[in-house]
Amino acid sequence: MISRSFVWGAGLAATFVFAALLSLAWTPWPVDALDIPNKLQPPSPVHWFGTDHFGRDILSMIMVGARTSIAVAILAVGIGMGVGIPLGLTAAVRHGGWLDEIIMRGNDLIFAFPALVIAILITAVFGAGAVNAIIAIGIFNIPVFARLTRGAALGLWQRDFIAMARVCGKSAARISVEHILPNIASLMIVQGTIQFSLGILAEAGLSYVGLGAQPPTPSWGRMLADAQTMVAFAPHLAIFPGMAIVLSVLGLNLLGDGLRDRLDPRLRIMRA
Amino acid sequence: MFAYALGRAFSLVVSLAVASVVVFLVIEVAPGDPASYMLGVNARPDTIAALRAELGLDAPTVVRYVRWVGGMLTGDFGTSYAYRSPVSEMIVERLAVSLPLALYALVLAVVIAFPAGIFAASRRGRRGDVGVMVATQIGVAIPNFWFAMLAVSFFAINLGWFAAGGFPGWDAGIVAGVKALTLPAVALALPQAAILARVMRSSLIDMLGEDFIRTARAKGLNRRQALWRHALRNAMIPVLTIIGLQFSFLLAGAIIIEQVFYLPGLGRLVFQSISQRDLIVVESVVMLLVFAVIMVNFVIDLAYALVDPRLRSRR
Repeated sequence: MISRSFVWGAGLAATFVFAALLSLAWTPWPVDALDIPNKLQPPSPVHWFGTDHFGRDILSMIMVGARTSIAVAILAVGIGMGVGIPLGLTAAVRHGGWLDEIIMRGNDLIFAFPALVIAILITAVFGAGAVNAIIAIGIFNIPVFARLTRGAALGLWQRDFIAMARVCGKSAARISVEHILPNIASLMIVQGTIQFSLGILAEAGLSYVGLGAQPPTPSWGRMLADAQTMVAFAPHLAIFPGMAIVLSVLGLNLLGDGLRDRLDPRLRIMRA
Repeated sequence: MFAYALGRAFSLVVSLAVASVVVFLVIEVAPGDPASYMLGVNARPDTIAALRAELGLDAPTVVRYVRWVGGMLTGDFGTSYAYRSPVSEMIVERLAVSLPLALYALVLAVVIAFPAGIFAASRRGRRGDVGVMVATQIGVAIPNFWFAMLAVSFFAINLGWFAAGGFPGWDAGIVAGVKALTLPAVALALPQAAILARVMRSSLIDMLGEDFIRTARAKGLNRRQALWRHALRNAMIPVLTIIGLQFSFLLAGAIIIEQVFYLPGLGRLVFQSISQRDLIVVESVVMLLVFAVIMVNFVIDLAYALVDPRLRSRR
């Protein structure tokens, strides 16, 4: 049975992915076309979400901004998974050894640096930009996946089918890839969805304070930063990009909850 | 317990030492010479060299690291390249805004989350529970700075209840200071309150299914009495952990909210310092934030061990 949160979450998430993909080929108005005489127009049939202080169409900017948010969040989750999962698998294989200890203490250390603090450090060195936002959020994701992988893999290493694989002479690395990884994939997908939504929030926050995507690349956080001084007389400048963030994050969180319900066998048994 | 605390203290010192090396090295590779930046493009090389010597920048990296750490241990964070004033004084001045803001937000988060979480758990599966869960799901998804912008527009500009931004300073009185921090604290607290309410709810629901609650009910306590007298106290352990973790994130999260309200806190200090290449200030503020997170984790570990003796024997 498909849960309601799964349907709502998948619907919202799909809408934003579709908008982002569509913006590659088409937007209602060009996002770089300035139209000063029509600046700060409220929503109308011509400009559904109104125009900004340069007369640019806000709906078009939100569509292109979705691309930035999704790209940053996907790559950041990719870094987290790409580094964190192998680290977690290694720590589980070397459970109790010095390598396990080093990996886990390294994770604790990264946890002490909130994504914003990592972004501040990176910006201080390399300057602001979307790539730095990806690296900052990605680094923050590494310990999340490493801990989760290690915890789940440790449980699996006690199971009979893993013992059988060892008896057959498979190496620890091969068992990790062929048997452990497929069994923790669903857990990683659920966590990936949650980190994806956190990535969108973090990207918006970093862009808002000027540490993320830089103009002229449209991003939701940047749009909100631009709207700040005009929100009293042109509230649509803040409302629409803000709603885009809320709905996409809400969608991904609901999707994560729905996936967890579907993929976690314990919850399925409880429901039955 | 003493041996466990000693072990954790050792781990704390190692974490702080490694974190300080990481922060120092990252700032070390930053391009640009602070002395050249301070004196401008027309400065003579010998003047730059003299200033580098005065700031201690001509010493080897290891010596400068030891000086930096040694200075921080004695409360001397060095001298700001941009303002030529002690960094420690600048940080203390800004902490007078950021710290009360984070604490205020934490108190608000607890005040909102506890009743909401307890209410939802006590009505599990019913309309009230669903309402709280929907509200918290939305609360988690709202970016705090967006909520802050809308709150300024409505409560400050339209209704005139609060100032739209700025901080009058604690000299203007506690009431004026607290009033200036109220909207920022609410904005900072709401997403945290949503997370905390969800943790409170699930922790309480777990406890209500435990055997000791069944025993309490069998002894004649009704559901409400069992919840308040037995389940709540035991459900507090994960909740307190999250509260501890949230404090350090609130301190870091305040950096963004300070931008919305133009508050002269650590956040504005760090952004000004980045734009002025005042890296010694960036380095110190970052280290302070990391120190806060590591210390809070340490305190949580000790508190956990005090409450749950099984943890002391682990590791």
